[in-house]
Amino acid sequence: MSEPPKERVKYIDTNLNLPYHYYAGDYKALYLRALKDKKILGSRCSKSGKVFVPPVIASPETLAPCDELVELPHRGIVTTFCVVNVPVYGREIEIPYVVASVALDGADVSLYSLIQECAAADVHMGIRVEAVWKPDGERQGDHTDIRYFRPTGEPDAPFESFIHRL
Amino acid sequence: MKRPVAVVGVGQTHHTSKRADVNVAEMVREAVDRALLDAGLEHDDIDAIVLGKAPDPLEGIMQPEQYLAGALGAHLKPIIRVHTAGSVGCTTALTAATHVASGLYGRILTIAFEKQSEGNAMWALSPNYAFTQPMVAGAGGFFAPYCRAYIARSGAPGHIGAVVAANARENAGRNEYAHLRDPMTVEEALNSMMLWEPIRFLETCPSSDGAIALVMANEDHARRGPRKPAWLKAGATFTEPMYVPGRDQVSPLAGRTCAKWVYDKAGIRDPWNEIQVAEIYVPFSWYEPMWLENLGFAPLNEGWKVVDRGDQKMGRHLPINPSGGVLNTNPIGASGMLRFGEAALQVMGRAGEHQVGGVKTALGHAYGGGAQYFSIGILAAEL
Repeated sequence: MSEPPKERVKYIDTNLNLPYHYYAGDYKALYLRALKDKKILGSRCSKSGKVFVPPVIASPETLAPCDELVELPHRGIVTTFCVVNVPVYGREIEIPYVVASVALDGADVSLYSLIQECAAADVHMGIRVEAVWKPDGERQGDHTDIRYFRPTGEPDAPFESFIHRL
Repeated sequence: MKRPVAVVGVGQTHHTSKRADVNVAEMVREAVDRALLDAGLEHDDIDAIVLGKAPDPLEGIMQPEQYLAGALGAHLKPIIRVHTAGSVGCTTALTAATHVASGLYGRILTIAFEKQSEGNAMWALSPNYAFTQPMVAGAGGFFAPYCRAYIARSGAPGHIGAVVAANARENAGRNEYAHLRDPMTVEEALNSMMLWEPIRFLETCPSSDGAIALVMANEDHARRGPRKPAWLKAGATFTEPMYVPGRDQVSPLAGRTCAKWVYDKAGIRDPWNEIQVAEIYVPFSWYEPMWLENLGFAPLNEGWKVVDRGDQKMGRHLPINPSGGVLNTNPIGASGMLRFGEAALQVMGRAGEHQVGGVKTALGHAYGGGAQYFSIGILAAEL
């Protein structure tokens, strides 16, 4: 019988791997179903008029209902971002890559998304971007249905218009 | 505090990248033994135990309070576990303090720890949850965009982050418990690899194994102890949700609210001139100027000027993180309690080589989550 490595007794390797099954709730399920149909839904606060995306059923700020669903454009601006040079565990993505806060036109909170189809060095605060979707038939109704955002070539948004709503 | 509360014992492990000689329970016990010895107490003297650590996926140990009850001396005593992400260490100390302030408990043992070498904190904090966009890039990737926004809106010059990192390292060199202590220059920090632009490798905290324990006591016990106590003048935690319209992620309202609350309770009108040392939670160097503003030590967009003038260095107006801080020692769950405990050591006059002269009032601070949880304690030499 062969001997195990000498140091092996100093530690034990274990993997924890458990399946989970999360319910969206009927309200957020509307958002997921809309993604499948290539639509982005937000919800408007009945008190402040602010628009949340993904939609929330009540505002964390005013605590009022947000029961009006609104369809949002697929375009917005990069408010701020990070250029990542760290290889991503369990994901095939070329480094460097850009992760950004994207404020969709008409939304009051930002999404977090990849920016692709341009060099990392070309991404900057205020650049206009649009969503790139998975093709018809491949969208499953989850946040990966939007693969990433890419620059539109439109003029940049002015700094003051987004620096206080990252 | 409704009733006076004091820190009467402090014990910490030597922090390092890998404690392969001890398991989690043994490592935690090391800090507990040191804190009890420091307070001149035995386990029998302790009424209850308050434990804190960061998210369970970091070590993969669910219910650490269950596993650690024996090592913590919790036999036939109350134990609770506190959890507020990175801020948890400071929140745990404040939870221990409220136990004492309630009048129900005379002496509390409180502990916080992390053994990062046993798991992978970076990816444990970036899971693909069903209903949120994946963070995909660890804590650095999450916070880097807000550092970028800080630089853009304050006009801070690019070298400030490196200056913070080099100063923190110089401080850590005087702290025998710190993880990273080798000298490092501003140039070395500037020339280190860009990990999460604008955050460089040497502007980033390490992964550490370590623990800290404190004994906190009521006035009667504190005055009878063998050492000069550190009195908790005020302490508070405030939270804000992640996605709020107009949320200022660079200088979050919850942090400003928390600071104002504790200053009001502690009777502090001018924190810059009434506090002599601050241990604040800076895992990425740009957070030092950001928190100097959030904590009211500098006007909005001018925190970097404090760093540029060097007013936060040892021997200057307001030394920040004389211990070397989170940038040089980051057992995540323990990091907030280290800030609180180091602030206590400073007012006790027992911080050793990194003691600041003439400390009457010290601030300990931590933040966590998506810069959502804030926790601050004000410690004082006199009640």
